[in-house]
Amino acid sequence: MSASHDDHHHGPAKGLSRWLYTTNHKDIGTLYLWFSFAMFLLGGTFAMVIRAELFQPGLQLVEPNFFNQMTTMHGLIMVFGAVMPAFVGLANWLVPMMIGAPDMALPRMNNWSFWILPFAFAMLTATLFMDAGAPNFGWTFYAPLSTTYAPSTVTFFIFAVHIMGASSIMGSINIIATILNMRAPGMTLMKMPLFVWTWLITAYLLIAVMPVLAGVVTMMLFDIHFGTSFFNAAGGGDPVLFQHVFWFFGHPEVYIMILPAFGVVSAIIPTFARKRLFGYDSMVYATASIAFLSFIVWAHHMFTVGMPLAGELFFMYATMLIAVPTGVKVFNWVATMFRGSMTFETPMLFAIAFVVLFTMGGFTGLMLAITPADFQYHDTYFVVAHFHYVLVPGSIFSIMAATYYWLPKWTGHMYDERLGKLHFWLSFIGVNVLFFPQHFLGLAGMPRRIPDYALQFADFNWISSIGGFLFGASQLILLVVVIKCIKGGKKATAQVWEGAQGLEWTLDSPAPYHTFTTPPDPKLIHAQ
Amino acid sequence: MKQETPVSSTTRVVKRLLLVVVGMFGFGFAMVPLYDVICDITGLNGKTSGRYAEVAPVLVEDRKITVQFMAQNTEGMTWIFEPNDAQVTVSPGEIKVVSYRARNTSDFAMVGQAIPSVAPNEAAQYLMKLECFCFQEQPLAAGEEVDMAIRFFVDENIPEKITKLTLSYSLFDITDYEIEGEVITAR
Repeated sequence: MSASHDDHHHGPAKGLSRWLYTTNHKDIGTLYLWFSFAMFLLGGTFAMVIRAELFQPGLQLVEPNFFNQMTTMHGLIMVFGAVMPAFVGLANWLVPMMIGAPDMALPRMNNWSFWILPFAFAMLTATLFMDAGAPNFGWTFYAPLSTTYAPSTVTFFIFAVHIMGASSIMGSINIIATILNMRAPGMTLMKMPLFVWTWLITAYLLIAVMPVLAGVVTMMLFDIHFGTSFFNAAGGGDPVLFQHVFWFFGHPEVYIMILPAFGVVSAIIPTFARKRLFGYDSMVYATASIAFLSFIVWAHHMFTVGMPLAGELFFMYATMLIAVPTGVKVFNWVATMFRGSMTFETPMLFAIAFVVLFTMGGFTGLMLAITPADFQYHDTYFVVAHFHYVLVPGSIFSIMAATYYWLPKWTGHMYDERLGKLHFWLSFIGVNVLFFPQHFLGLAGMPRRIPDYALQFADFNWISSIGGFLFGASQLILLVVVIKCIKGGKKATAQVWEGAQGLEWTLDSPAPYHTFTTPPDPKLIHAQ
Repeated sequence: MKQETPVSSTTRVVKRLLLVVVGMFGFGFAMVPLYDVICDITGLNGKTSGRYAEVAPVLVEDRKITVQFMAQNTEGMTWIFEPNDAQVTVSPGEIKVVSYRARNTSDFAMVGQAIPSVAPNEAAQYLMKLECFCFQEQPLAAGEEVDMAIRFFVDENIPEKITKLTLSYSLFDITDYEIEGEVITAR
């Protein structure tokens, strides 16, 4: 203990061991964010292979089986490797600073929950170099495609998912324990910033559904290696059961990837509109309602498997109901901006783009919720366009907005605003050129997960690929901006943004290695 | 009231959350029997129930229902497998016996398992089987042929709108499972 006592006064240890042994929430947040950025580039590379192959009709660059490996790995890496760890990284950095806590509640477990992730993804990525090839059954890994007909590397995939799940569960327990126990005096639940609220609810979702994911891959493992028949019809199992269990996890999972984004945007828009967030209480209740509804809509992913009419209707109406709390949120963001003194720095640009483009993704979601229409849209590029609109200009734009917004607090330097704006506009244009035409492709009937397509789809695929290359390349600007900002730049003040509210802005920039070792003055804690 | 230290309340929160984790892991597995029960009640997946051994059927002579029979081999199954009657017309409550024919065309002994499915799905719960070859595995020596019977009736409560239903069997090759000594309990 005496050594760590010394460390407390002398800042971080030097060298690699600092990062390996660290229990500091800021270090671990940084590790998560860099890891997720690396995975974002890796998953993005796979996406570039997909778009390059689809640039023209016919088979040009890759074998169909390798194409399937690319779509599978792209989905898995982006969902579990890029988006989820990025939000955990933001939570690590920000939650303690926002609630006036000295660190996370369980720092040692925090270290572990990060450091098992690289092993999980090394194992998953290593399958690309094995003879049997990487998993090729889609990120939703429907049985029996992922059991009876899977490549032998599926076992590596299963264990990788187990480790990712363990990491997420540990991270969530840590976040809940921190928020429930470590709030500074005066920081009541209804005074917490929305980012903390959304993460609290997200963490509960993760704890509820990650074990179910672990369960479903364990059943696969038993079916593959131990002769059970959970999903094997020959032995009395049912492949459709897989889809029910998977989507019982899968639907809350999509809210796990968007609720923290809501929190980020709810922090940024008030700052640059220079107004308090409109309808704080309703935001909290809307988040909780979305979380509750996420558990009773899963079968809308599988309308076409053959369900009784009553079931289809129930899942259709329940799904449409989610538009209500989500609409409350969008209304509140717009009302916050209404008659505000708005300025358009890079974080605000990303946040506004989030509101507009996420809402578009939400509307296509409503279209997909209509059961009879879904029979036409199911497994087409319309679905691809829908979930990419909510995940890329949704979740990922919010992560980028958060990065630009808090980067001065993390590094102590202002980022290059011109490069930031360039990054935003190229991303904004790129993402729309990339995904908008996919709506038309889907409505015209182009199925997803195919390496080749009918000639009638050629033009829109060509446009989509151009947008894809533009979007992909422009992400390197973000890397440049972040590295430049770490190395130097204009010194950031503690306040950083004129309109920013919250405890993290009362700290110096860069935030000291140890913060709030004594609780902040309760007078600094404002009602939201 | 004793003031709680943050450490002990953290331990309490962690213990509770771990219980939730364990509970949800169990719930994932509990979904397997739950799904079977729900399917049984609703006929969700078109699976028929097991051997019917309850009250005697009530005959409704003024209704006629066409029952069609289909057979298909799943991947890797080489047997010839087909129904001897393409369709029969029955009254609800009328006990009928039909049969399927299977021949092992390969040069070695194999074991097959037929899995039933009914369309439309909601009719599944009204198709009552007193005897069916799908209740057990079917071993066949090389070149052996067998007639396999189904004794069934259609429940008198079947909705008026259903006048035709299809009973389809998918035949699976479970020879490998047999060698491993696995007990298959399909219906």
